[in-house]
Amino acid sequence: MADVSLSRAVRWDTVVGALLITVLLLSFGLVDGFGNALNLSFLIGNTLPIALIALPMTLLVVSGEIDLSVASTAGLSGAVMGALWNQGMSIETIIPICLLLGVVCGLVNGLLVTRLGLPSLAVTIGTLAAYRGIAQIVLGSDAVTDFPTPYLDFASGRIGDTFVPYALLPFLLLLAIAVVALHATPFGRSLFATGASEEAARFAGVRVRRQKLILFTVTGLMASLTGVFWALHYASARYDNATGLELSVVAAVLLGGIDFDGGKGTLGGAVAGVFLLGALQNVMSLQDVSAQSQIVVTGVLLVLSVLGPRVARQIAVARAGRRAVRAAPPTP
Amino acid sequence: MTHPSTTGSAPVLALRDVSKSFGAVRALRDVSLELLPGEVHALAGENGAGKSTLIKTLAGVHRPDAGQVLLDGAPVVLHGPGDARDAGVAVIYQEPTLFPDLSIAENIFMGRRPRRSLGRIDHRATHTATLALMRRLGVELDPDRPARGLSIADQQIVEIAKALSFDARVLIMDEPTAALTGSEVARLFGVVRTLREQGAAVLFISHRLEEIFRICERVTTLRDGALIASEPLAGMTEDDLVRRMVGRDLDDLYPKQDVTPGEIALSVRRLTREGVFTDVSFDVRRGEIVGLAGLVGAGRTEVARAVFGVDRRDAGEVTVDGRALTNGAPSTAMAAGLALVPEDRRAQGLVMDMSIERNIGLTGLRTTVRAGLMDRAAERSRSLDWAVRLQVKYTRIADAVSTLSGGNQQKVVLAKWLATGPRVLIVDEPTRGIDVGTKAEVHRLLSELAADGVAVLMISSDLPEILGMADRVLVMHEGRLTAEIPRSEATEETVMAAATGRAAA
Repeated sequence: MADVSLSRAVRWDTVVGALLITVLLLSFGLVDGFGNALNLSFLIGNTLPIALIALPMTLLVVSGEIDLSVASTAGLSGAVMGALWNQGMSIETIIPICLLLGVVCGLVNGLLVTRLGLPSLAVTIGTLAAYRGIAQIVLGSDAVTDFPTPYLDFASGRIGDTFVPYALLPFLLLLAIAVVALHATPFGRSLFATGASEEAARFAGVRVRRQKLILFTVTGLMASLTGVFWALHYASARYDNATGLELSVVAAVLLGGIDFDGGKGTLGGAVAGVFLLGALQNVMSLQDVSAQSQIVVTGVLLVLSVLGPRVARQIAVARAGRRAVRAAPPTP
Repeated sequence: MTHPSTTGSAPVLALRDVSKSFGAVRALRDVSLELLPGEVHALAGENGAGKSTLIKTLAGVHRPDAGQVLLDGAPVVLHGPGDARDAGVAVIYQEPTLFPDLSIAENIFMGRRPRRSLGRIDHRATHTATLALMRRLGVELDPDRPARGLSIADQQIVEIAKALSFDARVLIMDEPTAALTGSEVARLFGVVRTLREQGAAVLFISHRLEEIFRICERVTTLRDGALIASEPLAGMTEDDLVRRMVGRDLDDLYPKQDVTPGEIALSVRRLTREGVFTDVSFDVRRGEIVGLAGLVGAGRTEVARAVFGVDRRDAGEVTVDGRALTNGAPSTAMAAGLALVPEDRRAQGLVMDMSIERNIGLTGLRTTVRAGLMDRAAERSRSLDWAVRLQVKYTRIADAVSTLSGGNQQKVVLAKWLATGPRVLIVDEPTRGIDVGTKAEVHRLLSELAADGVAVLMISSDLPEILGMADRVLVMHEGRLTAEIPRSEATEETVMAAATGRAAA
């Protein structure tokens, strides 16, 4: 009998990858203004915030947890960045402070989940509100825009006339690290085990709490990095930066075949899901689809992304069942 | 092949030349069976012999491809479990499924409670009817008690009462004793005898052979879907029965080698977990198999969990080869050479959705590593090596463990832990729910490990297993160690006396 779980994940990866390529090819042919290098660099640049947070989110969901406070952490990080910049602090000092703040935000989530044993969904819905509230206290309704030009250029510019934003390069490095961490290290292996059966993982000596604490902390760090990138990319630090981004991240990750129940999925699938969502949003913007309608599409995708893998699994199980019947020896 | 006898009273329920296939798998081949009123009939066979298919055919879940189901001598077609129930056939499963928030009486009369005028439910009639059923079974259970918190034994009684309320004449009991303590088994057998005297036909399935001999009059043995024999138990020995089940002579079920114990490997001192167990101290020496006996709930599993570090201890000390273990840290226990094969293999021993390879690999995440990355080749060869050594029967090493039979799953759990090269091995119910052939293999393995100098602590509710395998028996009662009995003095009586707190040894 086939390893249903594995074959399903592989199959869903492929489905999402094929879907991404299809959407890109169709858009090249059918959508005016899509295929030029400038638009593609916008597509990538605007998708990077989702992509950056999707990396640790994938690891979290694989291990059976979730963090919905990421967009608020990003917003808080941007707000603090703006407030400190207004105080006259140098950007080279501010950015590490913001990243440290992200570490603290993630650590708080992680401690609440691992020490108090609270469900991460509930904890991070709480901190989603709390971190955003603190962001508003810190910066009020100001918008800070006058960050140093070299930083703004790096966050929004592209290499020559190519479609490659500068910021894509560090992202690719982080992606490589995440892929190795999840798919090629003992740590990644234990994440899959924890997500599939936390109790069995504990009985096999996996340090589940430590592992989760690390993940939440890294997620906070990446969320604050995204907040810094966001403020520079859009040249605007406001308390409501990145509002609702968690929805896009979770939608993209689930769309990429990461099982919401934990234990299954690949980073390749998740990244394909991210850029599929990014491409759709780009096309909708080019077609003047309103922002509200785009959120509806994201929501629908979220539902489909949970549904899709389930359907794929049922097909896989049915097929495996037929194969088993054909291949089975005459006596059990 | 012997044929079912036709003496005495007419069978209530019978199968005649029944065959059933699933795809190319022939689960039952020309099997006949006769269940007589007032008789307890055993169904024996290894895992995969076709017992489950036979039960499901009697219960109306499966319809035979060929052959007939006969009710009172007349062929019937059971279209589903509802038909079987209406025909007076009830199945009691190993783990009953009651509605936890409903009372015992409500569970029994679910959906068909006595009514008063205007469709109001008659609580008093429900209560009285339940009391009457309990009296028939000779059991005292309060009808108004919620099902939540009932022991599995009590839940089974409720299921039996429910079956009686449907006027069941045939009771099929599928491994009802697997999760019961000795005294609970005794009570269940009392109930079964009562039912027998009232004329019910009982089909009894158990992996514990001594239970078959205790309660049953006849036995039908299946092997690979075929009927091997249907015969009276009188005059048969356990060896005879095993031979019919396995198809060959089984070497000793308890192949215990004599080993001179070495130095102390595991030392537990004054271990306490508040409200669970208190002041537990013992040693296990290299080469020794120490049995830990006691009733379910006496705290044996909890001691093992605290020793391994899955649970934190409130007081006390655990050392392996003189190294003190950190509290609540299974990873340091593993590093010190401790391994725990847990009680619940599906929830604790294995990640069911993961492959055989990765399940075994899970204990090697520190060793099958090169430059911080997983060494997949090393992982695979380690997993293959141990799967082969333990003779796990699988199709591909990359198949999910959930595709394996219970006995093979247990072998994967053992493989996973033996691959760590443990100095101290704790096994909790190592042979629960696995067939007699695999059971003998596990016992031989434990014996060989001990002979190689591993210290083994074996928790088991299977008393013959404890008596057959242990050099020394520790007994727990209500969270305390109450006795330590050397092999020479260990008998069912001495162990049970200590386990029930009747005598301090």
